[in-house]
Amino acid sequence: MVVDQLRETELDRLFQAFADSTRRDIVRRVTVTEYSVSGLAALYAMSFAAVQKHVAVLERASLVTKEKRGREQIVRGNHEGLQKARWLLDEYEQVWRQRAARIADILAEE
Amino acid sequence: MSVISSTKNPEALSFTLVAEFEAGVERVWELWADPRQLERWWGPPTWPATFEKLDLVPGGKANYYMTGPDGTKAHGWWEFTHVESPARLAFDDGFADEDGNPTGDMGITRATVTLEPLGDRTRMTVQSTFESEEQMEQMVQMGMQEGMTEAMGQIDAILAEHANA
Repeated sequence: MVVDQLRETELDRLFQAFADSTRRDIVRRVTVTEYSVSGLAALYAMSFAAVQKHVAVLERASLVTKEKRGREQIVRGNHEGLQKARWLLDEYEQVWRQRAARIADILAEE
Repeated sequence: MSVISSTKNPEALSFTLVAEFEAGVERVWELWADPRQLERWWGPPTWPATFEKLDLVPGGKANYYMTGPDGTKAHGWWEFTHVESPARLAFDDGFADEDGNPTGDMGITRATVTLEPLGDRTRMTVQSTFESEEQMEQMVQMGMQEGMTEAMGQIDAILAEHANA
């Protein structure tokens, strides 16, 4: 089933990507403007290698893209991946529309 | 049509829904205050909710779980931050372990519910603010009644696009 397959693959990657506060911060920053990996590393109290690992996790989850430019690796937000927030809000709207419909049904029974 | 409007703010991860019901505010308040009535509408038939505890006072807590089609139980907790019967309530909503203890790993949702009388009808405004996308995702999975397979297909398509991009 689609849901199960998703759970084990893409969704897991997405969950894993968002599960860490540094990674969430990286996503927020690179959505606004591009950063080099060394530029990001300068922001956090951790090694270049550790930041590089975080970027790799985000890249696997399709939330950022990484591109070599000279000696630098440039990180940018992946616009399509970030569209997911909008999509999720659409789905959440349906959750509440259905709840409102159930409330109306209960009240109509009386 | 009971839903009047809904507003989504992806940058702030927040959502507002306004609905109107053919009943007075006291009656609509009961649907939140009485756990047996709350269970009738909080979860969809495919993920029904069971409230083990509902202490609707400021600082009071609620423990609930939702049971999925395969028997999976997803546990959650509420903590009421504002209770003003029958006009307004606010609560934090998060995921819990099997014993109802907050897990805290996906952040909390802050929800505010306002009930206003419109003659003998009621306008209900619900505002939810999320801390993370993964939390929204989980809420959506647990709250959806219809179109879940279709919805999952959409995610599938989006993710496939990324893979090919």
